[in-house]
Amino acid sequence: MTAQPNVFTMDATQIDIVPIEGELNVGPQHPGSGHLRIYVKLNGDIIEKAELDVGYVHRSVEKLAEVRNYMHLIPLVERPAILDSIHMNLGYILALEKIMGVDVPDRAQYLRSLAAEINRIASHLYGTGILAVFLGHSTGFMWGFGDREVWVEVLQALTGARVTNSYIIPGGVRRDLTPTIKEMIEKAIRYQRKRIPEWKRIFLNNPNIRARLENVGVMSKEQAIAWGAVGPNLRGSGVYYDVRKFEPYAAYDRLDFEIPVYKEGDAYARVHVRFNEIEESMKIIEQIIKEIPQGNILSDRFFKQIPPTRLKKHYETHGKIVFPGYYASFRPPKGEAISRVEAARGELVYYLNSDGSPKPYRLRMVTPSYRTIYVFEQLAKGARYADLVAIYGSLDYFPPEADR
Amino acid sequence: MSAQPEAKPPQVPQQQAQQAQQKQESSLSRKLNEMKTRLNVPVNVKVESERRATIEVDKSNLLAVAMALRSIGFDHVKTVTAIDYPETETFEVLYHVSSYTDFELAKTIVTLRTKVSYKDPTLPSLHPVWESAWTGERETYEMFGIRFEGHPDLRRLFLDEDFEGVYPMRKSYKVKTEGLFVDRPA
Repeated sequence: MTAQPNVFTMDATQIDIVPIEGELNVGPQHPGSGHLRIYVKLNGDIIEKAELDVGYVHRSVEKLAEVRNYMHLIPLVERPAILDSIHMNLGYILALEKIMGVDVPDRAQYLRSLAAEINRIASHLYGTGILAVFLGHSTGFMWGFGDREVWVEVLQALTGARVTNSYIIPGGVRRDLTPTIKEMIEKAIRYQRKRIPEWKRIFLNNPNIRARLENVGVMSKEQAIAWGAVGPNLRGSGVYYDVRKFEPYAAYDRLDFEIPVYKEGDAYARVHVRFNEIEESMKIIEQIIKEIPQGNILSDRFFKQIPPTRLKKHYETHGKIVFPGYYASFRPPKGEAISRVEAARGELVYYLNSDGSPKPYRLRMVTPSYRTIYVFEQLAKGARYADLVAIYGSLDYFPPEADR
Repeated sequence: MSAQPEAKPPQVPQQQAQQAQQKQESSLSRKLNEMKTRLNVPVNVKVESERRATIEVDKSNLLAVAMALRSIGFDHVKTVTAIDYPETETFEVLYHVSSYTDFELAKTIVTLRTKVSYKDPTLPSLHPVWESAWTGERETYEMFGIRFEGHPDLRRLFLDEDFEGVYPMRKSYKVKTEGLFVDRPA
């Protein structure tokens, strides 16, 4: 046995650096927020290549769309991102409404924006919680999920379900806003406003978190554009792009809000974008509550088809829509439509092709996390292995949403 | 000098009308038509609205049109979608492209569509033009079996090993559905 050299007494020139190469499997057992295997090729602790093995939570939404009626697809398209289901639902309905040529009443438009913004806050808090636990900050994880609970409860009061709400239907929404829910929302906003400075103290300005996130996973503006990044990741790299501004849907053209953009492009900037968006979303919600017009919540075309006795029993007393028989298996005209919405994690695109039958000929669903796959692979290249989870968490990549 | 004013009046309203028409014409259709005249390959440009347009091209010109689109500011691919038409034994491949840098173009989505036959399901990859086509082309390959030549990593993405050579998004692959049974009181 040869004697080990004492590293403490040697100077740096004497140390032999032995390059160690190897491969590592991260996952597929739930590395944080869903099943995904990251196949990492290492050189020392530098990642040479990170390959995302996706598909562990593949639901084949696009194939199943061929054998489902349009209405029956609503619960299916929500499943890939249960914590962002209002947006998944909304994008699909927007594409369908374009083909059917339906006008949506103003009140329903405002309610769509309201539900979407509540969902955005909930989703950002969830994403922050996951990032926190990735970084070993378990208080942040508890806080994220705890604060999210408040918003999920609001969503439950409004739609009847915590997640997978199926709230948005062709021509409008399913339930109306009541004074009790308004109070709940005002209370939730007061609570969240009080919590944000606490979040800043314990998480955003925490020296540990800053050390883990600052200058980590830096994506330049040019890279973000070339790789097709979306949502907060794109805006964290200095690109001003938000579907709510560039192609306003629901009531966004009548609401006043800002789009937070950061130039830095690192993980810390992406987290900041999310926190600023929570504040902007609360501003939007306040405006909606103040300005929401009176009126119907379903397009007249469908509303007229509800039998008067059922209207009286459900709509006039509880503000709930009962589905008219038309929804069971309607046939939209032949045609195609592309819709896009700004989901919590970024831009969500639907392409819908109808051949005039009760089932879509082709439904294409491209979610924000799907577009983050390539960004993730590129961004991990050249990073340190310890930063892999920081990059993963800061991108807010959600495997079920990417797999669909 | 005296002859010119007589000749002018019929011209001026025409010019004004042209200018007015150009103003009415959205910046999208102007840009696309400029591109079309510069390109010198047969393309079918259809502007559906201020925000949507479709460009149909033959697959041999796909790469050239994509380069031209990129040069006028379309900088990323949103989706790569294939549609199967078993009656004509063709696939239609759609690239939905848009822009992040040009705020006018960011309001639009342009669909670049082309067709490939069952016999020769190959297309030039647009990955060299738009890097963001990477995921979409890879998924389209595994779901439809359309080969994108020049794609750096054309392998299965989402599906299991069992799906090697099986292309589930083709219409010939049937989904087994179960009926719904409800017990009724007799």
